[in-house]
Amino acid sequence: MYSRAYKSAVTIPPLLWVTFFLTAPYAILFCYSFWSVSPLQTIVHNWNLQNYAQLFRNPLYLTVLLRSIRIAGAVTLLALLLGYPLAYYLSFHAAKRKDLLYQLVIIPLWASYLVRGYAWKTILGSDGVLNGFLQYLHITHRPVEFFLYSPFAVILTLTHIYTPFTFLPIYASLEHVPRNLVEASHDLGASPFSTFLRVILPLSLPGILAGATFAFVLTLGDFLAPLLVGGPSGVMISNIVVSLFGAAYNWPLGAAISFCMLLLVVTLLLATERLEKRFTIS
Amino acid sequence: MSGTSQSSRSPFLGAYALFAYLFLYFPIVVLIVYSFNGSGVGGFPPSGWTLDWYRQLFADASLWDTVLNSVIVAALAVAIALGLGLPAALALDRAQFPGKALFRRLVLLPLILPGIITGLSLLMLFVGVGMKLSLVTVILGHGTALISVATTEIFAGLQKMDRAQEEASLDLGANHWKTFWRITFPNLRVSLIAAALLIFTLSLDEIAVTFFLIGRDNTLPLEIWSRLRRGITPEINAISTLILLFSIATILIWYRLRTRTQLAGDVQTATALLPSSLEGET
Repeated sequence: MYSRAYKSAVTIPPLLWVTFFLTAPYAILFCYSFWSVSPLQTIVHNWNLQNYAQLFRNPLYLTVLLRSIRIAGAVTLLALLLGYPLAYYLSFHAAKRKDLLYQLVIIPLWASYLVRGYAWKTILGSDGVLNGFLQYLHITHRPVEFFLYSPFAVILTLTHIYTPFTFLPIYASLEHVPRNLVEASHDLGASPFSTFLRVILPLSLPGILAGATFAFVLTLGDFLAPLLVGGPSGVMISNIVVSLFGAAYNWPLGAAISFCMLLLVVTLLLATERLEKRFTIS
Repeated sequence: MSGTSQSSRSPFLGAYALFAYLFLYFPIVVLIVYSFNGSGVGGFPPSGWTLDWYRQLFADASLWDTVLNSVIVAALAVAIALGLGLPAALALDRAQFPGKALFRRLVLLPLILPGIITGLSLLMLFVGVGMKLSLVTVILGHGTALISVATTEIFAGLQKMDRAQEEASLDLGANHWKTFWRITFPNLRVSLIAAALLIFTLSLDEIAVTFFLIGRDNTLPLEIWSRLRRGITPEINAISTLILLFSIATILIWYRLRTRTQLAGDVQTATALLPSSLEGET
């Protein structure tokens, strides 16, 4: 029903923009990762694999990468543990308050990242709210230093930030669980727990997968929370990239790390999409 | 059997959900409370209620310059994202072209890709074509990254639209241009406003992409970020509280708009975030 001219008019402008501002930059990133920096601090276009070799040779990168994966894993797990029961409660038990409770989750979802990160900094700091509270109750007498500037602080802050992200797709998949299947399971004598385990949980797997992917990928690429609350022991892989693009001035090496991250993210997304299709009944 | 009848029988789940809400809102409450605290950030209990920090904030001219910068950036990012997101959504909904699946993935990638990768690759592009970093590069970055949000929002609106109206208009002799302005655009108006609100809020808060593309003039989040490095003050709590109130207001308006126009709008939001949401008729 739509003419060829109409289709071209809506297709070509975004296609050109995406090619220039998304595809080209990713391609440039890829190219940079094979270049190097001369002693005079200029980029030399001599194609080689040194940057990638360095990633595997230098134990620093591997250590930080493994730490980032551990932190991302912890955040994903915690976000699922908080997000799933919350979504389940809203979908199956909230009744009339559903709409209000839903809005209460999306407010923190879209509310400023920086503001929420900053809030945790004021809570966890050595003269912060938590330490003040503990001393007020005479539980501790000196400020506890390890609340802030630790992997723990990064995990806590990012769990807070990404739990609503995890909640959303899980809630969507729970809302799509056919209620007559749940009723049938009850009528056939299954206990609420086995109904959950055999019917609801398998049907909500696509949502779990999407939510977990969000939390994992976004945490893995985060560099702000480590700078804000992480300290030296909370440094993550993106912080290394930031320093390579800043003071350390080695764009090619930074590009190589970024490209590996991009590859990891795209692979994860494709894998999730595959799995999601397998678990979705239509 | 399901739904309301069970809600009375799940005190544990209810308590757990309450805990999740407390976790989500605790930092936000702390932030707001301490913006009125006379004895500065931290310490417990807060004492000496004051509006001094807000007074100090309103007198801080350099901060308000950055607010103006952020508003300009956000407004132009909305223009770019809608200007390209609308045709992109129309193309995904109505046109068939080679590489459509890839195009869909590319447009949506910034939604899930950590901001650092989008920011870095655009930085390389701008440096490569010899553009100086300034608010212009930030606007291009935000606009490009947020096309993903515009596309999902508008695509969701298109899916709910009654195609018969457009068909009738074309059958009755109106051309595509006239049909677009008389039928398609009015039908999408609410989706477009909702998308604009969301993009405006996200751009106003954006920090990861901005971090790499900023020139001499700061946006508000980057100004706050650089002040955080010099230590935390209740003035930052005050500005954060205002940012928070602003985002809560826009988010609630956005939510109302969505639920008003779309059946089961709450679920729509959630499914829009699932990777498979834009499959349409590929």
